[in-house]
Amino acid sequence: MTTAPHTAPALKEWPLWEVFVRSKQGLEHKHCGSLHAADAAQALNMARDVYTRRQEGVSIWVVPAKSITASNPDDKGPLFDPAADKVYRHPTFYDIPDEVGHM
Amino acid sequence: MYTQSFNVPDDAGQKPATVKPVAHTEPPERMAQFDARIDADGRIEPQDWMPEAYRKTLVRQISQHAHSEIVGMLPEGNWISRAPSLKRKAILIAKVQDEGGHGLYLYSAAETLGTSRDQMLDALHTGKAKYSSIFNYPTLNWADVGVIGWLVDGAAIMNQIPLCRCSYGPYARAMVRVCKEESFHQRQGYEALLVMMQGTQAQKDMVQDAVNRYWWKCLAMFGPPDADSPNSVQGMRWGIKRISNDDLRQKFVDATVPQAKVLGVTLPDPDLKWNEERQHYDYGQIDWDEFWATVNGNGPMNKERLATRVKAHNDGAWVREAALAHARKQQQRTLKEAA
Repeated sequence: MTTAPHTAPALKEWPLWEVFVRSKQGLEHKHCGSLHAADAAQALNMARDVYTRRQEGVSIWVVPAKSITASNPDDKGPLFDPAADKVYRHPTFYDIPDEVGHM
Repeated sequence: MYTQSFNVPDDAGQKPATVKPVAHTEPPERMAQFDARIDADGRIEPQDWMPEAYRKTLVRQISQHAHSEIVGMLPEGNWISRAPSLKRKAILIAKVQDEGGHGLYLYSAAETLGTSRDQMLDALHTGKAKYSSIFNYPTLNWADVGVIGWLVDGAAIMNQIPLCRCSYGPYARAMVRVCKEESFHQRQGYEALLVMMQGTQAQKDMVQDAVNRYWWKCLAMFGPPDADSPNSVQGMRWGIKRISNDDLRQKFVDATVPQAKVLGVTLPDPDLKWNEERQHYDYGQIDWDEFWATVNGNGPMNKERLATRVKAHNDGAWVREAALAHARKQQQRTLKEAA
């Protein structure tokens, strides 16, 4: 790339933000993607332009990507496997006589 | 949305390189788990372990795809100020804005693989990274804008629908979003051409001329024939690519012939005819030498497209820096007030 005529600042890239959009009143905000923006206000404006050009949303959250703590895929077993053998947590585990009707 | 259904090595020579076996230096247990997940049609997410070659292939393909969206704004952008009516201008602005958005979805997807936006832009601006060869041809008249929507976006849709089932989650999700927005692109182009075809003879001739110039380039967008496309095999194995170049090209030809008939234009291929036995249209030979020359930088518009992109990026540098400086100042002010 042609180098810019002035010295680049220490942080060249705008920080990364994760974008969550509520598609309509009554539904939860759902992750829809990410974008780079200098600050929160700009991230909101850009999220509006990038992710809601066709009335996909009524509300937007933007969260700095670096603020998100995520579980490690390698911990998937210890974290989630214990739920697999607890079928008694599901309603279908229990046999109820038909005459009782819906329960 | 635009992509070439192939993944050009950044150092592509005149012809596709011969297939290189994937180095088996990956930990065998991890590799086995990865293969098993792919075989079960599972999805790979950013934090999951993946072989280095899978990561590299995806970074290259997704970034080439993103670059294509961004460079793809240029040929159509040329016509915004000259659109024949306010309605067509509003439509074209919306379409070009969509392409910018598609580029952003894709850059974000590529970034989940550990590359940075700046690295990708550098690769594009230095000419190291490829983008779809179709944008290295000029848009000479208004009908070109319609033909780009109808044929170029049409070809891209064929390519991109299977990518919605790509094994890499962020890429697949970006493609779902892109495909949803894309059908407007094709329909607006086709409709603009329908209107022109009801106009004067000169207008009809413009449509035919644009079709003549773009038809073969669109067929080439699907990439080299399967026999000359060694990278495809690995892409298929990894669930990155789902349908072969030739199969996609055939689908596109079969879908387009009846559309051309309704429109009243001739597709410029004397060998184009229905094959009763195959239940598909046969078509003529694509000029692959011309295609590779364009991919490798020698098309009519390569230099101009790249120069325009680099200029836009450099001209915007002060805006990017000012926004960061403003953000820092705001932050310091908030800290001071809190103190």
